[in-house]
Amino acid sequence: MAGATDLPPKGGFSYDNCARNAMLVEKGLKMPGFLKTGTTIVGLVFQDGVVLGADTRATEGPIVADKNCEKIHYMAPNIYCCGAGTAADTEAVTDMVSSQLQLHRYATGRESRVVTSLTLLKSHLFSYQGHVSAALVLGGVDVTGPHLHTVYPHGSTDTLPFATMGSGSLAAMSVFESKYKEGLTREEGIQLVAEAIRGGIFNDLGSGSNVDVCVITKGKTEYLRNHQLPNPRTYVSSKGYNFTKGQTVVLSTKITQLKPKVEVTEGDAMEE
Amino acid sequence: MSRRGDWVYENNGGTCVAIAGADYCVVAADTRLSVGYNILTRDHSKICELADKCALASSGFQGDIKALHKNLAARELLYQHQHNKRMSCPAMAQLLSNTLYYKRFFPYYAFNVLGGLDSEGKGCVFTYDAVGSYERTGYSAQGTGSALIMPVLDNQLKSPSPLLLPARDAVTPLSETEAVDLVKDVFASATERDIYTGDKLEIVVINKAGTKREYIDLRKD
Repeated sequence: MAGATDLPPKGGFSYDNCARNAMLVEKGLKMPGFLKTGTTIVGLVFQDGVVLGADTRATEGPIVADKNCEKIHYMAPNIYCCGAGTAADTEAVTDMVSSQLQLHRYATGRESRVVTSLTLLKSHLFSYQGHVSAALVLGGVDVTGPHLHTVYPHGSTDTLPFATMGSGSLAAMSVFESKYKEGLTREEGIQLVAEAIRGGIFNDLGSGSNVDVCVITKGKTEYLRNHQLPNPRTYVSSKGYNFTKGQTVVLSTKITQLKPKVEVTEGDAMEE
Repeated sequence: MSRRGDWVYENNGGTCVAIAGADYCVVAADTRLSVGYNILTRDHSKICELADKCALASSGFQGDIKALHKNLAARELLYQHQHNKRMSCPAMAQLLSNTLYYKRFFPYYAFNVLGGLDSEGKGCVFTYDAVGSYERTGYSAQGTGSALIMPVLDNQLKSPSPLLLPARDAVTPLSETEAVDLVKDVFASATERDIYTGDKLEIVVINKAGTKREYIDLRKD
């Protein structure tokens, strides 16, 4: 392959297979799909902080791949980030920026700011021209107060008092648009976020299962994993199932010893 | 035919299952109607009672399915007037096959399972592809959740090969209540993993006493 070397990569993505894959696609190969979190993620600013929310369904086409995944990612002790889009991209991009923030904190000895993570995220996403498909809701409280942002896969950003993203964003936004007001209390904030997520869970097929919530206030972060579980299994069979043995006919049996015993006759046993 | 080449169909999702027993037949389908990531309604019946002791469950494009059910109902009415009796389930099965094959080159986008009692009162299930190929079996699943349900039915109800000679009986060994319980359980499971299956489960049980419908709730997310 042209351009391929034996040197270990120094970092970043490898584009070695791009030409080959383009050729295969042209010849009719269908590329495999990736795990998408067809998602509902939301966030809002309340009286003294921000509340983030997410559903917990991950899909692969029409199939639910994970019924209880985590979509609210850690960025810094005072900053969390909800991710929608390709699961690997949201995970990788938030992990990468979170480690950059940690290093920045070691260097400066100060709490991370939300704008810092926003800038790191958008500059990475912009440089990949939308190919890193991560749509994010970023929220946190820093020395300058509470902040909420949305980040699009191409790197554009918004600063908003309430935000939604993902395939369930319209369902969730309809809840926010009808009920959001300034100066909500902590409880009202959590309640509204949970209602918006439930809007996505029940009305968008890409979203489902449980409600995750994260409340960030000055000096305190609460991650409420599975805050609500509105979708229990509806029916459990009264009797169990039997899987009787001997359903497969054994035609012949042959046992091959894979690892014959070895006896060491001379020399010392190996040291540790 | 002028629209061929355009994609004139839509997939409205949904799953259909039928199980035949010695003297009963269970036909079931969920009631969710969806397109893409949207739910159009949570309460749309996919099961149509046709002929005598006979129910048809269909998933696919509900526009085509509505037309198909209407067509079959009309044909059954004509049959009643001409022969002065209701159509039997195996007769309806052949009629459905012919109706589907009639549109071989512009098919009904419909995946059908027909269940009922045959002329001897034994349970029967007929399963189809979109252009009319059909087979009498002991059980079947069609629609978006079929790949999740069919292996479970194979494991629990395993029927003899249709190629065996002399032909073996395809009906399942379960009792009626056991079959209904199995249907409820496989639908609850399919709903966990298939985004197009959910909301409610409609179950039609056909036996010599007649037909009865029952509903249970499924996940609504």
